Amino acid sequence: MSLVEIENVHKSYGDIEVLRGVSLRIEEGEIVAIIGRSGSGKSTLLRCINGLEPIQSGTIRFDGQQVNSADTDLRKLRQKVGIVFQSFNLFPHLNAERNITLGLTVVKKMPPDEARTIARKVMTQVGLEDKLDAYPDMLSGGQQQRVAIARSLAMSPKLMLFDEITSALDPELIGEVLTVLAGLAEAGMTMMLVTHEMGFARNVAHRLVFMHEGEIWESGAARAVLDDPQTPELKSFLGSVLI
Amino acid sequence: MRELTTSDMFWLLFAARWTIALTVVSILGGSLLGAIIMVLRVIPFPPAKAVAILYINLIQGTPALGQLFIVFFGFGVFGYDVSPWFAATLAFSLYSAAFLGEIWRGGVHAVPHAQWEASASLGLSTLQQLRYVIIPQAFRLSIPPTIGFWVHLVKNTSLASVIGFIELTRAGQIINAATFRPMTVYLTVAAAYFVICFVLTQLSARLEGSLRVAR
Ligand SMILES: Nc1ncnc2c1ncn2[C@@H]1O[C@H](COP(=O)(O)OP(=O)(O)OP(=O)(O)O)[C@@H](O)[C@H]1O
Ligand SMILES: [Mg+2]
Repeated sequence: MSLVEIENVHKSYGDIEVLRGVSLRIEEGEIVAIIGRSGSGKSTLLRCINGLEPIQSGTIRFDGQQVNSADTDLRKLRQKVGIVFQSFNLFPHLNAERNITLGLTVVKKMPPDEARTIARKVMTQVGLEDKLDAYPDMLSGGQQQRVAIARSLAMSPKLMLFDEITSALDPELIGEVLTVLAGLAEAGMTMMLVTHEMGFARNVAHRLVFMHEGEIWESGAARAVLDDPQTPELKSFLGSVLI
Repeated sequence: MRELTTSDMFWLLFAARWTIALTVVSILGGSLLGAIIMVLRVIPFPPAKAVAILYINLIQGTPALGQLFIVFFGFGVFGYDVSPWFAATLAFSLYSAAFLGEIWRGGVHAVPHAQWEASASLGLSTLQQLRYVIIPQAFRLSIPPTIGFWVHLVKNTSLASVIGFIELTRAGQIINAATFRPMTVYLTVAAAYFVICFVLTQLSARLEGSLRVAR
Protein backbone atom coordinates (compact mmCIF):
# COMPACT_ATOMS: atom_id res chain seq x y z
CA MET A 1 0.00 0.00 0.00
CA SER A 2 1.34 3.42 -0.94
CA LEU A 3 0.96 6.36 1.42
CA VAL A 4 -0.98 8.34 -1.18
CA GLU A 5 -3.06 6.63 -3.85
CA ILE A 6 -4.75 8.87 -6.34
CA GLU A 7 -6.87 7.06 -8.90
CA ASN A 8 -8.50 8.60 -11.93
CA VAL A 9 -9.51 11.80 -10.16
CA HIS A 10 -11.78 14.27 -11.90
CA LYS A 11 -12.41 17.66 -10.41
CA SER A 12 -14.41 20.56 -11.84
CA TYR A 13 -15.20 24.08 -10.83
CA GLY A 14 -18.62 24.54 -12.33
CA ASP A 15 -18.34 23.59 -15.99
CA ILE A 16 -14.57 23.81 -16.05
CA GLU A 17 -12.77 20.52 -15.57
CA VAL A 18 -9.55 21.24 -13.74
CA LEU A 19 -8.33 17.70 -13.06
CA ARG A 20 -9.02 15.26 -15.86
CA GLY A 21 -8.32 11.77 -14.71
CA VAL A 22 -5.25 12.11 -12.53
CA SER A 23 -3.63 8.97 -11.11
CA LEU A 24 -0.57 9.03 -8.91
CA ARG A 25 0.97 6.96 -6.11
CA ILE A 26 3.39 8.20 -3.55
CA GLU A 27 5.40 5.91 -1.34
CA GLU A 28 6.42 6.65 2.20
CA GLY A 29 9.64 8.67 2.22
CA GLU A 30 9.27 9.72 -1.37
CA ILE A 31 9.69 13.30 -2.57
CA VAL A 32 7.63 14.25 -5.58
CA ALA A 33 7.95 17.60 -7.31
CA ILE A 34 5.05 18.83 -9.42
CA ILE A 35 5.69 21.31 -12.19
CA GLY A 36 3.51 22.78 -14.88
CA ARG A 37 2.09 25.97 -16.28
CA SER A 38 -0.15 28.30 -14.36
CA GLY A 39 -3.68 26.87 -14.31
CA SER A 40 -2.61 23.30 -15.03
CA GLY A 41 -4.18 22.09 -11.77
CA LYS A 42 -1.14 21.70 -9.50
CA SER A 43 -2.58 23.50 -6.49
CA THR A 44 -5.95 21.87 -6.98
CA LEU A 45 -4.35 18.42 -6.86
CA LEU A 46 -2.61 19.19 -3.56
CA ARG A 47 -5.76 20.68 -2.07
CA CYS A 48 -7.77 17.60 -2.99
CA ILE A 49 -5.36 15.39 -1.07
CA ASN A 50 -6.15 16.96 2.30
CA GLY A 51 -9.81 17.39 1.43
CA LEU A 52 -9.81 21.18 1.11
CA GLU A 53 -11.46 20.64 -2.28
CA PRO A 54 -14.06 17.97 -3.02
CA ILE A 55 -13.68 15.87 -6.17
CA GLN A 56 -16.35 14.71 -8.60
CA SER A 57 -15.08 11.21 -9.34
CA GLY A 58 -12.18 8.87 -8.74
CA THR A 59 -10.63 8.09 -5.38
CA ILE A 60 -7.93 9.54 -3.21
CA ARG A 61 -6.59 7.39 -0.39
CA PHE A 62 -4.17 8.60 2.22
CA ASP A 63 -2.61 6.11 4.58
CA GLY A 64 -5.24 3.58 3.58
CA GLN A 65 -8.11 5.95 4.29
CA GLN A 66 -10.36 7.31 1.57
CA VAL A 67 -10.28 11.12 1.60
CA ASN A 68 -13.35 11.68 -0.54
CA SER A 69 -15.82 9.70 1.49
CA ALA A 70 -18.64 10.90 3.67
CA ASP A 71 -17.59 8.82 6.68
CA THR A 72 -14.00 10.01 6.71
CA ASP A 73 -13.19 12.32 9.58
CA LEU A 74 -11.31 14.98 7.65
CA ARG A 75 -10.18 16.61 10.86
CA LYS A 76 -8.33 13.45 11.89
CA LEU A 77 -6.86 13.04 8.45
CA ARG A 78 -5.65 16.62 8.24
CA GLN A 79 -3.63 16.20 11.42
CA LYS A 80 -1.49 13.75 9.46
CA VAL A 81 -1.16 15.89 6.31
CA GLY A 82 0.66 19.19 6.61
CA ILE A 83 0.18 21.86 3.96
CA VAL A 84 2.16 25.03 3.46
CA PHE A 85 0.84 27.75 1.18
CA GLN A 86 2.45 30.29 -1.08
CA SER A 87 1.17 33.15 1.07
CA PHE A 88 2.22 31.64 4.46
CA ASN A 89 -1.24 32.14 6.02
CA LEU A 90 0.05 32.47 9.55
CA PHE A 91 -2.49 33.62 12.11
CA PRO A 92 -1.67 37.32 12.39
CA HIS A 93 -3.12 37.79 15.88
CA LEU A 94 -0.95 35.07 17.42
CA ASN A 95 2.80 34.98 17.97
CA ALA A 96 4.94 32.31 16.38
CA GLU A 97 4.77 30.01 19.37
CA ARG A 98 0.98 30.21 19.61
CA ASN A 99 0.66 29.75 15.84
CA ILE A 100 2.45 26.46 16.35
CA THR A 101 0.85 25.31 19.60
CA LEU A 102 -2.73 26.08 18.53
CA GLY A 103 -3.20 22.81 16.66
CA LEU A 104 -1.47 20.87 19.41
CA THR A 105 -3.52 22.21 22.31
CA VAL A 106 -6.86 22.67 20.57
CA VAL A 107 -6.92 19.72 18.18
CA LYS A 108 -4.62 17.22 19.87
CA LYS A 109 -5.59 18.36 23.39
CA MET A 110 -1.95 18.42 24.42
CA PRO A 111 -1.01 20.13 27.71
CA PRO A 112 0.41 23.65 27.05
CA ASP A 113 3.86 22.80 28.46
CA GLU A 114 4.30 19.86 26.20
CA ALA A 115 3.06 21.90 23.22
CA ARG A 116 5.56 24.65 23.97
CA THR A 117 8.37 22.13 24.08
CA ILE A 118 7.38 20.94 20.62
CA ALA A 119 7.11 24.53 19.39
CA ARG A 120 10.67 25.17 20.51
CA LYS A 121 11.84 21.97 18.84
CA VAL A 122 10.27 22.70 15.44
CA MET A 123 11.33 26.35 15.54
CA THR A 124 14.88 25.16 16.11
CA GLN A 125 14.48 22.80 13.19
CA VAL A 126 13.68 25.77 10.91
CA GLY A 127 16.40 27.90 12.49
CA LEU A 128 14.13 30.36 14.30
CA GLU A 129 14.37 29.36 17.96
CA ASP A 130 14.91 33.02 18.89
CA LYS A 131 11.66 34.13 17.23
CA LEU A 132 9.12 32.23 19.33
CA ASP A 133 7.61 35.45 20.71
CA ALA A 134 7.52 37.31 17.41
CA TYR A 135 4.24 38.14 15.72
CA PRO A 136 4.01 37.41 11.99
CA ASP A 137 4.14 41.08 11.01
CA MET A 138 7.48 41.37 12.78
CA LEU A 139 9.05 38.65 10.61
CA SER A 140 10.42 38.69 7.08
CA GLY A 141 8.66 36.68 4.38
CA GLY A 142 11.27 33.94 4.58
CA GLN A 143 10.92 33.75 8.35
CA GLN A 144 7.13 33.68 8.15
CA GLN A 145 7.29 30.82 5.70
CA ARG A 146 9.64 28.92 8.00
CA VAL A 147 7.22 29.43 10.89
CA ALA A 148 4.44 28.12 8.64
CA ILE A 149 6.53 25.02 7.93
CA ALA A 150 7.22 24.65 11.65
CA ARG A 151 3.50 24.94 12.38
CA SER A 152 2.81 22.01 10.07
CA LEU A 153 5.74 19.96 11.35
CA ALA A 154 4.57 20.34 14.93
CA MET A 155 1.59 18.13 14.16
CA SER A 156 4.01 15.30 13.20
CA PRO A 157 2.47 14.77 9.77
CA LYS A 158 3.12 11.70 7.65
CA LEU A 159 2.97 13.78 4.49
CA MET A 160 3.82 17.38 3.76
CA LEU A 161 2.31 19.32 0.86
CA PHE A 162 4.09 22.46 -0.30
CA ASP A 163 2.39 24.75 -2.78
CA GLU A 164 4.91 27.09 -4.39
CA ILE A 165 6.15 28.10 -0.99
CA THR A 166 8.96 30.26 -2.32
CA SER A 167 7.04 32.05 -5.05
CA ALA A 168 6.00 35.00 -2.89
CA LEU A 169 9.49 35.55 -1.52
CA ASP A 170 12.18 38.00 -2.52
CA PRO A 171 15.00 36.13 -4.26
CA GLU A 172 17.42 36.57 -1.38
CA LEU A 173 14.97 34.86 1.01
CA ILE A 174 14.31 31.77 -1.10
CA GLY A 175 17.52 30.04 -0.06
CA GLU A 176 16.70 29.87 3.65
CA VAL A 177 13.35 28.21 2.93
CA LEU A 178 14.84 25.71 0.48
CA THR A 179 17.47 24.86 3.09
CA VAL A 180 14.68 23.92 5.50
CA LEU A 181 13.07 21.76 2.81
CA ALA A 182 16.37 20.04 2.08
CA GLY A 183 16.70 19.29 5.79
CA LEU A 184 13.26 17.70 5.79
CA ALA A 185 14.15 15.66 2.75
CA GLU A 186 17.24 14.40 4.50
CA ALA A 187 15.18 13.45 7.53
CA GLY A 188 13.05 11.25 5.29
CA MET A 189 9.81 13.25 5.24
CA THR A 190 7.33 12.28 2.53
CA MET A 191 6.71 15.40 0.48
CA MET A 192 4.80 16.64 -2.51
CA LEU A 193 5.91 20.01 -3.66
CA VAL A 194 4.66 22.26 -6.38
CA THR A 195 7.60 24.36 -7.39
CA HIS A 196 9.15 26.52 -10.05
CA GLU A 197 12.63 25.93 -8.61
CA MET A 198 13.86 23.47 -11.22
CA GLY A 199 17.34 23.21 -9.72
CA PHE A 200 15.87 22.28 -6.38
CA ALA A 201 13.48 19.78 -7.94
CA ARG A 202 16.33 18.13 -9.79
CA ASN A 203 18.53 17.82 -6.71
CA VAL A 204 16.03 16.98 -4.02
CA ALA A 205 13.00 15.34 -5.63
CA HIS A 206 13.03 11.64 -6.34
CA ARG A 207 10.31 11.90 -8.86
CA LEU A 208 8.98 14.68 -11.03
CA VAL A 209 5.46 15.09 -12.32
CA PHE A 210 4.66 17.47 -15.15
CA MET A 211 1.03 18.54 -15.24
CA HIS A 212 -0.60 19.95 -18.32
CA GLU A 213 -4.24 20.99 -18.68
CA GLY A 214 -5.40 18.94 -15.73
CA GLU A 215 -3.53 15.78 -16.61
CA ILE A 216 -0.26 14.20 -15.63
CA TRP A 217 1.47 14.65 -18.93
CA GLU A 218 4.85 13.19 -18.06
CA SER A 219 6.47 11.78 -14.97
CA GLY A 220 9.51 9.84 -13.90
CA ALA A 221 12.83 10.16 -12.12
CA ALA A 222 13.46 13.89 -11.65
CA ARG A 223 16.74 14.09 -13.53
CA ALA A 224 15.59 11.93 -16.40
CA VAL A 225 12.42 13.91 -16.94
CA LEU A 226 14.23 17.25 -16.84
CA ASP A 227 17.15 16.17 -19.00
CA ASP A 228 15.18 14.24 -21.56
CA PRO A 229 11.62 15.58 -21.92
CA GLN A 230 9.48 13.37 -24.15
CA THR A 231 6.59 15.63 -25.07
CA PRO A 232 6.64 18.96 -26.90
CA GLU A 233 4.55 20.45 -24.06
CA LEU A 234 7.21 19.69 -21.46
CA LYS A 235 9.96 20.81 -23.80
CA SER A 236 8.30 24.14 -24.35
CA PHE A 237 7.53 24.50 -20.63
CA LEU A 238 11.12 23.82 -19.65
CA GLY A 239 12.26 26.21 -22.31
CA SER A 240 10.09 28.94 -20.86
CA VAL A 241 11.16 28.48 -17.25
CA LEU A 242 14.86 27.85 -17.69
CA ILE A 243 15.59 30.87 -19.81
CA MET B 1 -49.23 75.07 34.66
CA ARG B 2 -46.35 75.49 37.11
CA GLU B 3 -42.80 76.77 37.09
CA LEU B 4 -39.89 74.61 35.92
CA THR B 5 -37.83 73.97 39.05
CA THR B 6 -34.28 72.73 39.50
CA SER B 7 -35.66 69.58 41.06
CA ASP B 8 -37.64 69.01 37.83
CA MET B 9 -34.40 69.30 35.88
CA PHE B 10 -32.65 67.01 38.30
CA TRP B 11 -35.40 64.40 37.96
CA LEU B 12 -35.28 64.75 34.19
CA LEU B 13 -31.55 64.18 33.97
CA PHE B 14 -31.80 61.35 36.43
CA ALA B 15 -34.19 59.57 34.07
CA ALA B 16 -31.16 59.13 31.83
CA ARG B 17 -30.26 56.18 34.03
CA TRP B 18 -33.24 54.32 32.58
CA THR B 19 -32.12 55.11 29.06
CA ILE B 20 -28.68 53.82 29.95
CA ALA B 21 -30.03 50.76 31.76
CA LEU B 22 -32.32 49.88 28.86
CA THR B 23 -29.45 50.29 26.41
CA VAL B 24 -26.99 48.25 28.44
CA VAL B 25 -29.37 45.35 29.11
CA SER B 26 -30.45 45.32 25.45
CA ILE B 27 -26.84 45.28 24.32
CA LEU B 28 -26.08 42.37 26.63
CA GLY B 29 -29.13 40.38 25.58
CA GLY B 30 -28.66 41.37 21.96
CA SER B 31 -24.99 40.41 21.98
CA LEU B 32 -25.74 36.97 23.33
CA LEU B 33 -28.42 36.25 20.78
CA GLY B 34 -26.52 38.18 18.10
CA ALA B 35 -23.48 35.94 18.59
CA ILE B 36 -25.69 32.92 18.01
CA ILE B 37 -27.20 34.52 14.91
CA MET B 38 -23.71 35.25 13.60
CA VAL B 39 -22.56 31.67 14.14
CA LEU B 40 -25.68 30.26 12.46
CA ARG B 41 -25.01 32.62 9.60
CA VAL B 42 -21.41 31.54 8.98
CA ILE B 43 -21.32 27.80 9.67
CA PRO B 44 -21.56 25.59 6.57
CA PHE B 45 -25.06 24.32 7.38
CA PRO B 46 -27.71 25.78 5.06
CA PRO B 47 -30.78 25.36 7.33
CA ALA B 48 -29.02 27.29 10.11
CA LYS B 49 -28.10 30.01 7.67
CA ALA B 50 -31.71 30.18 6.43
CA VAL B 51 -33.08 30.59 9.97
CA ALA B 52 -30.58 33.35 10.73
CA ILE B 53 -31.33 35.19 7.49
CA LEU B 54 -35.08 34.95 8.09
CA TYR B 55 -34.64 36.38 11.57
CA ILE B 56 -32.42 39.21 10.38
CA ASN B 57 -34.83 40.10 7.57
CA LEU B 58 -37.87 40.04 9.84
CA ILE B 59 -36.27 42.35 12.40
CA GLN B 60 -34.55 44.68 9.95
CA GLY B 61 -37.58 44.81 7.68
CA THR B 62 -40.06 45.98 10.33
CA PRO B 63 -40.09 49.16 12.43
CA ALA B 64 -38.69 48.95 15.94
CA LEU B 65 -41.81 50.69 17.19
CA GLY B 66 -43.98 47.91 15.84
CA GLN B 67 -41.76 45.27 17.45
CA LEU B 68 -42.10 47.07 20.75
CA PHE B 69 -45.91 47.03 20.49
CA ILE B 70 -45.99 43.39 19.45
CA VAL B 71 -43.87 42.30 22.40
CA PHE B 72 -45.70 44.51 24.91
CA PHE B 73 -49.26 43.69 23.82
CA GLY B 74 -48.40 40.20 22.59
CA PHE B 75 -47.89 38.97 26.14
CA GLY B 76 -51.25 40.49 27.08
CA VAL B 77 -52.99 38.51 24.33
CA PHE B 78 -51.73 35.31 25.92
CA GLY B 79 -52.86 36.44 29.33
CA TYR B 80 -49.50 37.56 30.67
CA ASP B 81 -49.14 41.06 31.97
CA VAL B 82 -45.59 42.33 31.54
CA SER B 83 -44.04 45.57 32.70
CA PRO B 84 -42.92 48.17 30.17
CA TRP B 85 -39.34 47.60 31.37
CA PHE B 86 -39.53 43.87 30.60
CA ALA B 87 -41.17 44.40 27.22
CA ALA B 88 -38.72 47.13 26.24
CA THR B 89 -35.58 45.21 27.18
CA LEU B 90 -36.86 42.09 25.44
CA ALA B 91 -37.89 43.94 22.28
CA PHE B 92 -34.63 45.88 22.06
CA SER B 93 -32.58 42.75 22.74
CA LEU B 94 -34.30 40.96 19.86
CA TYR B 95 -33.82 44.06 17.73
CA SER B 96 -30.12 44.41 18.61
CA ALA B 97 -29.43 40.74 17.97
CA ALA B 98 -30.34 41.07 14.31
CA PHE B 99 -28.16 44.12 13.76
CA LEU B 100 -25.21 42.92 15.82
CA GLY B 101 -25.39 39.45 14.25
CA GLU B 102 -25.21 41.02 10.81
CA ILE B 103 -22.41 43.42 11.77
CA TRP B 104 -20.32 40.58 13.19
CA ARG B 105 -20.98 38.38 10.21
CA GLY B 106 -19.52 41.20 8.13
CA GLY B 107 -16.45 41.14 10.37
CA VAL B 108 -16.10 37.39 9.97
CA HIS B 109 -16.39 37.64 6.20
CA ALA B 110 -13.73 40.34 6.13
CA VAL B 111 -11.18 37.85 7.49
CA PRO B 112 -9.35 36.36 4.49
CA HIS B 113 -10.57 32.96 3.34
CA ALA B 114 -6.99 31.67 3.59
CA GLN B 115 -7.29 31.86 7.38
CA TRP B 116 -10.12 29.34 7.24
CA GLU B 117 -8.07 27.05 5.02
CA ALA B 118 -4.94 27.28 7.13
CA SER B 119 -6.84 26.47 10.31
CA ALA B 120 -8.88 23.71 8.67
CA SER B 121 -5.64 22.15 7.48
CA LEU B 122 -4.49 21.85 11.09
CA GLY B 123 -7.60 19.82 11.86
CA LEU B 124 -9.64 22.48 13.68
CA SER B 125 -13.43 22.10 13.65
CA THR B 126 -15.59 24.94 12.37
CA LEU B 127 -16.36 26.18 15.88
CA GLN B 128 -12.68 25.95 16.87
CA GLN B 129 -11.75 27.89 13.75
CA LEU B 130 -14.23 30.61 14.69
CA ARG B 131 -13.19 30.72 18.30
CA TYR B 132 -9.40 30.72 17.93
CA VAL B 133 -8.69 32.12 14.48
CA ILE B 134 -11.57 33.96 12.86
CA ILE B 135 -13.43 35.80 15.62
CA PRO B 136 -10.31 37.29 17.23
CA GLN B 137 -9.49 38.85 13.88
CA ALA B 138 -13.09 39.80 13.08
CA PHE B 139 -13.38 41.43 16.49
CA ARG B 140 -11.24 44.44 15.78
CA LEU B 141 -12.79 44.99 12.39
CA SER B 142 -16.20 45.00 14.05
CA ILE B 143 -15.53 47.54 16.79
CA PRO B 144 -16.47 50.72 14.89
CA PRO B 145 -19.77 49.40 13.45
CA THR B 146 -20.67 47.74 16.75
CA ILE B 147 -20.30 50.96 18.72
CA GLY B 148 -22.02 52.79 15.90
CA PHE B 149 -24.98 50.53 16.50
CA TRP B 150 -24.87 51.18 20.26
CA VAL B 151 -25.15 54.90 19.53
CA HIS B 152 -28.12 54.22 17.28
CA LEU B 153 -29.66 52.07 20.01
CA VAL B 154 -29.27 54.75 22.71
CA LYS B 155 -31.36 57.11 20.60
CA ASN B 156 -33.88 54.44 19.61
CA THR B 157 -34.62 53.50 23.22
CA SER B 158 -36.68 56.70 23.27
CA LEU B 159 -39.34 54.65 21.46
CA ALA B 160 -39.96 52.82 24.73
CA SER B 161 -41.71 55.96 25.94
CA VAL B 162 -44.78 54.96 23.90
CA ILE B 163 -45.43 51.89 26.05
CA GLY B 164 -45.13 54.01 29.17
CA PHE B 165 -41.54 53.26 30.08
CA ILE B 166 -40.11 56.34 31.76
CA GLU B 167 -36.69 57.08 30.32
CA LEU B 168 -35.19 60.38 29.13
CA THR B 169 -37.72 61.20 26.42
CA ARG B 170 -40.76 60.18 28.44
CA ALA B 171 -39.46 62.16 31.43
CA GLY B 172 -39.11 65.17 29.13
CA GLN B 173 -42.71 64.79 27.97
CA ILE B 174 -43.95 64.60 31.55
CA ILE B 175 -42.07 67.69 32.70
CA ASN B 176 -43.05 69.59 29.60
CA ALA B 177 -46.72 68.73 30.08
CA ALA B 178 -46.56 70.21 33.58
CA THR B 179 -44.49 73.31 32.85
CA PHE B 180 -44.83 73.90 29.12
CA ARG B 181 -41.22 74.86 28.63
CA PRO B 182 -40.52 72.75 25.54
CA MET B 183 -37.30 74.40 24.41
CA THR B 184 -35.55 74.12 27.78
CA VAL B 185 -36.84 70.63 28.42
CA TYR B 186 -36.14 69.09 25.03
CA LEU B 187 -32.79 70.80 24.57
CA THR B 188 -31.79 69.30 27.91
CA VAL B 189 -33.04 65.91 26.79
CA ALA B 190 -31.11 66.20 23.53
CA ALA B 191 -27.97 67.28 25.38
CA ALA B 192 -28.21 64.23 27.64
CA TYR B 193 -28.46 61.90 24.62
CA PHE B 194 -25.55 63.69 23.03
CA VAL B 195 -23.34 63.22 26.07
CA ILE B 196 -24.07 59.49 26.25
CA CYS B 197 -23.37 59.00 22.56
CA PHE B 198 -20.27 61.15 22.68
CA VAL B 199 -18.81 59.02 25.44
CA LEU B 200 -19.49 55.91 23.36
CA THR B 201 -17.78 57.25 20.25
CA GLN B 202 -14.76 58.24 22.32
CA LEU B 203 -14.67 54.71 23.68
CA SER B 204 -14.72 53.36 20.14
CA ALA B 205 -11.72 55.44 19.12
CA ARG B 206 -9.79 54.35 22.21
CA LEU B 207 -10.56 50.66 21.88
CA GLU B 208 -9.56 50.64 18.26
CA GLY B 209 -6.27 52.29 19.04
CA SER B 210 -5.34 50.03 21.94
CA LEU B 211 -6.56 46.64 20.71
CA ARG B 212 -3.87 45.35 18.43
CA VAL B 213 -5.68 42.11 17.89
CA ALA B 214 -5.58 41.74 14.13
CA ARG B 215 -2.03 42.42 13.18
N1 LIG C 1 -11.94 28.27 -6.42
C1 LIG C 1 -11.93 28.20 -7.76
N2 LIG C 1 -13.03 28.45 -8.47
C2 LIG C 1 -13.03 28.36 -9.81
N3 LIG C 1 -11.97 28.03 -10.53
C3 LIG C 1 -10.82 27.76 -9.90
C4 LIG C 1 -10.74 27.83 -8.48
N4 LIG C 1 -9.48 27.50 -8.11
C5 LIG C 1 -8.81 27.26 -9.25
N5 LIG C 1 -9.61 27.40 -10.32
C6 LIG C 1 -9.22 27.17 -11.72
O1 LIG C 1 -8.73 25.86 -11.81
C7 LIG C 1 -7.63 25.81 -12.70
C8 LIG C 1 -6.45 25.16 -12.01
O2 LIG C 1 -6.05 25.99 -10.93
P1 LIG C 1 -4.82 25.66 -10.01
O3 LIG C 1 -4.79 26.71 -8.98
O4 LIG C 1 -4.88 24.26 -9.58
O5 LIG C 1 -3.61 25.84 -11.01
P2 LIG C 1 -2.07 25.82 -10.72
O6 LIG C 1 -1.49 24.81 -11.61
O7 LIG C 1 -1.82 25.72 -9.27
O8 LIG C 1 -1.62 27.25 -11.23
P3 LIG C 1 -0.59 28.32 -10.62
O9 LIG C 1 0.75 27.91 -11.11
O10 LIG C 1 -1.02 29.60 -11.23
O11 LIG C 1 -0.73 28.27 -9.13
C9 LIG C 1 -7.36 27.22 -13.16
O12 LIG C 1 -7.94 27.38 -14.42
C10 LIG C 1 -8.08 28.07 -12.16
O13 LIG C 1 -8.57 29.24 -12.75
MG1 LIG D 1 -1.11 27.04 -7.79
